[in-house]
Amino acid sequence: MRKIMLALLVGALIIGISGCGERPTVIYKQGKYQGKPDTQPWDNEQFKGNRTAWENAIKARAELENEYKRTNTGDQL
Amino acid sequence: MARMKFLCDAERCIVCNGCVTACKNENEVPWGVNRRRVVTIKQGIPGEKAISVACMHCSDAPCMAVCPVDCFYKTDEGIVLHDKDLCIGCGYCFYACPFGAPQFPQDGAFGLRGKMDKCTYCAGGPEKNFSEAEFKKYGRNRIAEGKLPLCAEMCSTKALLAGDADVISDIYRTRVTRRGTGSEIWGWGTAYGRPEKAAAQPGGK
Repeated sequence: MRKIMLALLVGALIIGISGCGERPTVIYKQGKYQGKPDTQPWDNEQFKGNRTAWENAIKARAELENEYKRTNTGDQL
Repeated sequence: MARMKFLCDAERCIVCNGCVTACKNENEVPWGVNRRRVVTIKQGIPGEKAISVACMHCSDAPCMAVCPVDCFYKTDEGIVLHDKDLCIGCGYCFYACPFGAPQFPQDGAFGLRGKMDKCTYCAGGPEKNFSEAEFKKYGRNRIAEGKLPLCAEMCSTKALLAGDADVISDIYRTRVTRRGTGSEIWGWGTAYGRPEKAAAQPGGK
């Protein structure tokens, strides 16, 4: 009877202690992006993976911000 | 191409808040979140200046450095983006950012802090380009359409410039060297002609 009680006590102790353990749920690697990968802006139907075409489109768009060129008054000023 | 940047010309900004409105409308940003703001310095006294401020997409971004879950990434074009599925809303990025760019949607009586939201340079986020999920989480992806952020494209005085750093630096340099000083900064000569040009014209004084 005493042995059974001791075995039960040891068993309960082991189960109880195991509950105190902390298991890592997500392991983060410091300094490295952990999220989902993103697609490149030129990987779509419009540019069909052509990076140069996309870069040219962006550059042309940026040049529109230059009113000296847009209004063709660069030489007059 | 590797450095997409914003550049705000303080001499041109007229505090119309067109950039703020354009950003909110294009990305359907919720109430309480302002990805872009116009900041006025020395308001009401001589020397008053205003600049439009959002995420500056830093080359060495402090938000990326302090994020405990590493949800930030930088695209090949130098745009700083983050994964909202990974963000835990801790606010470290807000404390680290010198521009106050990271925003947190507030909700409820106790000010529940949601996942961080910030300017994406109109480049969406880590979801399929043009997908509904991308728009809902991050807003419009104009970059993948070959367009620039709407705040800059909408700017009526072209105070806010967006694009590759080399290109917009050239635009700004040209502007600064040609516009002169005084009233010329405001384009007076461009609009009404310079005195020497008016005198040279027939009938000019």
